Amino acid sequence: MKYMDEFRDPTLVQAVIAELWRTAVRPHVIMEICGGQTHAIVRSGLDRLLPPGLTLAHGPGCPVCVTPLETLDQAMAIACRPDVIFTSYGDMLRVPGSDGDLFGVRARGGDVRVVYSPLDAVRLAQENPARQVVFFAIGFETTAPANATSVVQARRLGLRNFTILASQVCVPGAMRAILSSPDNRVEAFLAAGHVCTVMGWREYTPIAREHGVPIVVTGFEPLDIARGILLAVKQLEAGRAEVENAYERVVTEPGNPGAQTAVREVFRVGDRVWRGLGVIPDGGLHLRDEWSEFDAAKRFDVSRVKPVESPICIAGEILKGLRLPADCPAFDDPCTPDHPLGATMVSAEGTCNAYHRYGRGREETE
Amino acid sequence: MCLGVPARITEIRDEGPLRMGSVDFGGVSREVCLDWVPQAGVGDHVLVHAGFAIGVIDEAEAQQTLRLLAELAAASAAEDRDREARQRPGAEPPS
Ligand code: SF4
Repeated sequence: MKYMDEFRDPTLVQAVIAELWRTAVRPHVIMEICGGQTHAIVRSGLDRLLPPGLTLAHGPGCPVCVTPLETLDQAMAIACRPDVIFTSYGDMLRVPGSDGDLFGVRARGGDVRVVYSPLDAVRLAQENPARQVVFFAIGFETTAPANATSVVQARRLGLRNFTILASQVCVPGAMRAILSSPDNRVEAFLAAGHVCTVMGWREYTPIAREHGVPIVVTGFEPLDIARGILLAVKQLEAGRAEVENAYERVVTEPGNPGAQTAVREVFRVGDRVWRGLGVIPDGGLHLRDEWSEFDAAKRFDVSRVKPVESPICIAGEILKGLRLPADCPAFDDPCTPDHPLGATMVSAEGTCNAYHRYGRGREETE
Repeated sequence: MCLGVPARITEIRDEGPLRMGSVDFGGVSREVCLDWVPQAGVGDHVLVHAGFAIGVIDEAEAQQTLRLLAELAAASAAEDRDREARQRPGAEPPS
């Protein structure tokens, strides 16, 4: 596939790694924010090729993982209703809530459907005027424009049977929270390339300056990631703390203005709970008042939901980059992707899932 | 979930409130929204996420990055050859 294969060329990756070995003098901790990058790193084994002392901390950039348990429980309460068609991105179905998951709701007769695009959910609402169609609108900035467009489109079509249950989070707030935490060890970030495709990188400049951390906008192929790490290390060794773009073929400084407009029309920035991280100031998006008729949490009574977190799961610590899956007593036994105890084992962006899938067992990470 | 997959635009339909079109993911065709890539035309590559094109892929930038890295690889290979030459017995300068 064009723009993928060329950026996996092992000879070029090797050359970047060699340069990294020549450049890295002191020990450093760099966090890749995005769980998609975590998977690419573990799959390609990039983390095993790094010079000694250079550590990658895996960040919280997994939308499924940070969707609050309370919202998930609300989703299940709504999905149980006989008048509802509940639609969601696939990954969300297996995430354990306080009592079961959305697959379980489906097995008990709930109409739960996986959609590829939020527009598919809108289409379902058009085709099923007698049913309420609810879309589980989770995601980061990458997904916010698509989720926003679903309600814009529903209003255009005059649909009264379409709502969204939103859990939209934004990366910059989480970066600040990580850097401000007393046990922080992150010295530089690889910023998530697809978040920046939408948002550009201007909002990272004050973070880099105020916290003295290099931030490198990075893509998702092994070569992109190796190069992102190299540029971050070069900055760290030179004592610089700037925002740099290592994903030039896709990301521009202002980002995508059309997509940003779609988001602003429907959502406002505000505090948001991130599962495992707690409330993050300006950490997410909320439907604006003008769009509250599309808020599923208002249309349906979800007041009886009482979330109970698993006492075993340490996903919160893992999402902050403080612990590794092997530190969890449940990792690989009994917690596996087929029987997950936490969201980080479910998602294709979760760190526990990556470590399980690519055979990074306990003995390997010790 | 923030997966963005490169795809080539094969058709654009401008009717209706959303600019829609078809893209080709290396053999698989899909209907996507092209509203936010007004500059993109048929044949261009876009990055697709959740049924929406969120950005255009800049071919010149992609080539520039690969050229830069190829230069790095060439320099690194040359350095390795130098080092090997220096380490070969008899290749040391007389002391
Ligand atoms: S291995 Fe399972 S239980 Fe342990 S932290 Fe990961 S998701 Fe939670």
